[in-house]
Amino acid sequence: MSSVQTQSVQTGRIARTFIYLFLLLMALFYLLPFFIMVVNSVKPLSEITGGNMMALPEVFTIEPWLAAWSTAQVGVEPTGLRPYFWNSIKMVVPAVAISTVLGAINGYILTKWRFKYDTILFGLMLFSCFIPFQIVLIPMARILGILGLSGSTYGLILVHVVYGIGFSTLYFRNYYAAFPTELVRAAQIDGAGFFQIFYRILMPSSGPITVVCVIWQFTNIWNDFLFGASFASGSGAPMTVALNNLVQSSTGVKEYNVHFAGAILAALPTLLVYIVAGRYFVRGLMAGSVKG
Amino acid sequence: MGFLDIKNATKSYGNVEVLHNVDIAVDEGEFLVLVGPSGCGKSTLLNMIAGLEDITSGEIAINDRVMNGVHPSNRNIAMVFQSYALYPNMTVAKNITFGLEMHKVPKPERDEALQSVSKLLQIEQLLDRKPGQLSGGQRQRVAMGRALVRNPDVFLFDEPLSNLDAKLRVDMRTEIKKLHEKLKTTIVYVTHDQIEAMTLSTRIAVMYNGYVQQLGTPKEIYDTPENLFVATFMGSPAMNILPASVVMKDGVPHAEITTSEGQNALLPFNQENMSDWAGKDILLGIRPEAITDPDGVDRKSKTVVPISNRVGVTEPAGADTFVTMELAGKDCISRMRADADVTTGEIFDFVINMDKAVAFDPQSEMRIK
Ligand SMILES: Nc1ncnc2c1ncn2[C@@H]1O[C@H](COP(=O)(O)OP(=O)(O)OP(=O)(O)O)[C@@H](O)[C@H]1O
Ligand SMILES: [Mg+2]
Repeated sequence: MSSVQTQSVQTGRIARTFIYLFLLLMALFYLLPFFIMVVNSVKPLSEITGGNMMALPEVFTIEPWLAAWSTAQVGVEPTGLRPYFWNSIKMVVPAVAISTVLGAINGYILTKWRFKYDTILFGLMLFSCFIPFQIVLIPMARILGILGLSGSTYGLILVHVVYGIGFSTLYFRNYYAAFPTELVRAAQIDGAGFFQIFYRILMPSSGPITVVCVIWQFTNIWNDFLFGASFASGSGAPMTVALNNLVQSSTGVKEYNVHFAGAILAALPTLLVYIVAGRYFVRGLMAGSVKG
Repeated sequence: MGFLDIKNATKSYGNVEVLHNVDIAVDEGEFLVLVGPSGCGKSTLLNMIAGLEDITSGEIAINDRVMNGVHPSNRNIAMVFQSYALYPNMTVAKNITFGLEMHKVPKPERDEALQSVSKLLQIEQLLDRKPGQLSGGQRQRVAMGRALVRNPDVFLFDEPLSNLDAKLRVDMRTEIKKLHEKLKTTIVYVTHDQIEAMTLSTRIAVMYNGYVQQLGTPKEIYDTPENLFVATFMGSPAMNILPASVVMKDGVPHAEITTSEGQNALLPFNQENMSDWAGKDILLGIRPEAITDPDGVDRKSKTVVPISNRVGVTEPAGADTFVTMELAGKDCISRMRADADVTTGEIFDFVINMDKAVAFDPQSEMRIK
């Protein structure tokens, strides 16, 4: 690796300037909307309707944030986003945990307890990663109905677990494929059973890939709108659906500042997860390929 | 009936049979080495003894207990792997005692066992380290410690020294041998290094293509190889295999070969039954150390024959000098004393020690007995 770094590509000054300009432009492209959201979420509404979106606030207020969190009209109830935030947490934590654990066990079995047709099974699981959401909506609704989970958070957890297993299995299978099988054999001779091998030998070495999987699942499940809107309406809805309802509420004037604050609130958890675990994410994605 | 009994064991992957009817009986306290080229099935056989691979047909018994279908942890065996397979997240102490813990041995006993094993292998100062912080040789010791602590009926080693550098390999080899002499535990040891096989074993099984080619003491394997494969695989440099025909002279069977100068040389066999081969072609096997200068001859040999031949290349190698020449139309190597007086290109009077010569049937490639 080091030899590659020391021989970094030599580029001319003009090319370099051009590259930086381009990068700057791209950064602006992403940061400007965020800037507008933050700035306008701390302004009184009058400043937005009467003035310039781009201007910094003349009067600083956190009122819109408080409103978005606890008092704003979501649908018909003036509850703010708070109850829906907790809905999302109650959905995302178990869904991420279950799909990650199942993915890890699948990866463990598919690499260390090979059986006939295991590659076909894995292929089918991979395939599930690429089925568009829309296709499964109706069958899924039917199944949730049969299980009596329609409209509940449990139903959503089930949907996300089922959808997440494909990806989490892919991650863990590829990671464990590079994990020495001799270690598993040594543990077998030492008398460790199926699960003992899993959590005493494999799990302690699975940190990086677990982080990758958790971030991936968390972001996807937290940001999901379609399943949330389809399977959990009303008071059981997740944050994303509630945000939509907040923005769509048609009574009175449109409180843009509250909408902006609500949108940031909805994005905050995923942002936080990236900031806390982001560097492990990159490390984890690289881990399988570099390890000898 | 041995302590470790492998009876007619066969292994197939799908339709492909990779081990054919292996029959080996190992006595208690023996050091059996499985040796052979890559892909011949050594690891497969070892894994079958360990229980890591199931037995397609046949039977493996340890201490009169049939092991087919018995879980690896219940066979009372311990295995040292080529990559050492130390658990990366555990300390050395934990690595060594993990097996005992899994077998629900109480903590005080585990600590005691750890103490004695780490003392035996001199790894006491490493107990708190992780495997990543050890050198290759230290990892090797820890891996052996993990095997020793279980006090197994049979030790299984799969090329345990192949990841070490040359010097350390020789040291560890000696250490394993000492350990065996001290503990007297039955060992099955896989290697493709024939020097390891010769030095460590009490008996060797030479394997090729999924067959056991020969099972015997190192001396038997070296002096009386069962077939051409064993003859050429064991020994370095390899045994010279020279095409020859058998002729009778004075009622004694001789091997007739052509020297580099186109003359015919007659080498008398001291093996009676070679008369049956009179008039037929054979392959004559002569080890490099059986072709020497006249002063280098083993005094105890009975049949020593001089032969004049042109010297090809001489390679002084410290303790020995290797001389390459053309004999019977083949490249032939002789191993001489370091101070033997040979010069490249000259005609030299070699002597061949026919006591050590063996003959093979060119068709079946089996040794003629
Ligand atoms: N899982 C498997 N499926 C199919 N064939 C296999 C499998 N494992 C091993 N083999 C085949 O069995 C034969 C013996 O393999 P084995 O690993 O025992 O060789 P080896 O003697 O230990 O060689 P090496 O010295 O390279 O370790 C090989 O031809 C190999 O291709
Ligand atoms: Mg092998």
